[in-house]
Amino acid sequence: MSGERVSVQVNGIAVEIVSGSSVAAAIAWLGVPGRRSVSGQWRAPLCGMGVCFECRVSIDGVAQQRACMVPVREGMQVRTDD
Amino acid sequence: MTERYDVLVVGAGPAGLSAARAAAGHGARVGLIDAQARVGGQVWRHDVARGHASSVPRALTRAIARARIELLAQTQVVAAAPGILLVEDPRGARSLKTDALILATGARELVLPFPGWTLPGVTGAGGLQALAKQGWPLAGKRVVIAGSGPLLLAAAASARSHGARVLSIHEQASAAAVLRFAGGLWRWPSKASLALLLRAQLAGIGYRCSSVVLRALGDDRVQAIEVDGPGGRQQTECDQLAVGYGLLPNVELPHALGCELENDGAHPQVRTDDRQCTSVTGVFAAGEICGIGGRDAAEVEGAIAGHAAVGEVAAVAALQRRRQYQRAFAAHLQRHFALDSRVLSLAEPETLVCRCEDVPLHALDGYLDARSAKLATRCGMGACQGRICGSALAAMGRFPRGDVRPPFFPARLATLGDTNFSVDFNPGEVSP
Repeated sequence: MSGERVSVQVNGIAVEIVSGSSVAAAIAWLGVPGRRSVSGQWRAPLCGMGVCFECRVSIDGVAQQRACMVPVREGMQVRTDD
Repeated sequence: MTERYDVLVVGAGPAGLSAARAAAGHGARVGLIDAQARVGGQVWRHDVARGHASSVPRALTRAIARARIELLAQTQVVAAAPGILLVEDPRGARSLKTDALILATGARELVLPFPGWTLPGVTGAGGLQALAKQGWPLAGKRVVIAGSGPLLLAAAASARSHGARVLSIHEQASAAAVLRFAGGLWRWPSKASLALLLRAQLAGIGYRCSSVVLRALGDDRVQAIEVDGPGGRQQTECDQLAVGYGLLPNVELPHALGCELENDGAHPQVRTDDRQCTSVTGVFAAGEICGIGGRDAAEVEGAIAGHAAVGEVAAVAALQRRRQYQRAFAAHLQRHFALDSRVLSLAEPETLVCRCEDVPLHALDGYLDARSAKLATRCGMGACQGRICGSALAAMGRFPRGDVRPPFFPARLATLGDTNFSVDFNPGEVSP
């Protein structure tokens, strides 16, 4: 992959990723687990297009954001465990 | 805060972009709303691996840039009433008013429940394609593609171009049905050439017909799958499973606006006349929400809706033959990729159907409609509001999807509190 890169923090860990990538992709590059379901199972993105809400995370303090719908921005703080 | 537009278009895929371009071409002030950060919808989704290059055809991009079109990106429609939309973007909420609303909300994937489908690493087929284009890491990953329809080929080609090792493609339709579909493609030469191109890109990958993924296996993520095909049952190790059983129209917004729907099999679509007018005055619909027909049908219907929205009847008439030609392809597609009953009964009693509220299939036994099942079990009550489980249960023949009520997507409290939400959108007044 080419292009400029952006650095974001996922659960406090820095990850560099191609500009324009989604937050969901940044989480996958880092390999940290996604979210836990209401009964405690691990979940990760299913639809990739904002329908299923399986990828929701907290971004810069705002909870319940769909990681597949939000492009990464320099310095962004993402939490999958909130 | 309220903004007024001559024409408002919801959805910036092929249908919505064409509609905006057509309406703006007659001098209308057009607002083009999309929930994504970039235009293109799913078919023309930007691929970050391609740098700045857009996937939208250049002529269309240029026309859009020149026209009086205001793009409202990362904007979600939260509520709607005739002539007015409540939208939310990262900065906040506002109302948008118009006399001509064009709905081009496209399609989503039908994902049917089966044991293991909730494991991380299991995605939709179009879902995997969308994720790959967003920069999702696939290099070196062992990927299995399954489900039904031509989208599987596109998903496999995308995965491969992003470095995945695509192990196999499993199509539920029979080889005879797939051959009949391919054999009829000569009537749509652009589709036939696309099919040939995909075939070339997928050289060396097994394409198995009458083949269904029965289960995904793994502890915290998918590690293997079990497939049932003409050669019997077989387990395969993999890192990703992408499975999609075709597309279905996103009709939540037209449904809430009171547009008449018609059922095509298990899934509703918007009924329009040949000017793309819905049953509600001033509301037009175009593309996949009028029935799954693909990109070319969406483009021509979008253009018709854009012309019709500003009363340009001659331009509408001139496009009718193209519309019929593309809609015939839709019928061809549906005929040959009809779902086998086998894929509708993969879920076991303990399989979770509602992924938001973790409701297993057996919990729904005895309920005859979505509403009573939801009230008793919370099925469909979670963040996706039944978009995944409701459509799956409808396909499986349990019960049709329940009613739609605002907010259509989870919204911030400020969106509902700081606006005229309760006055303009009557969230309490919904039919049972």
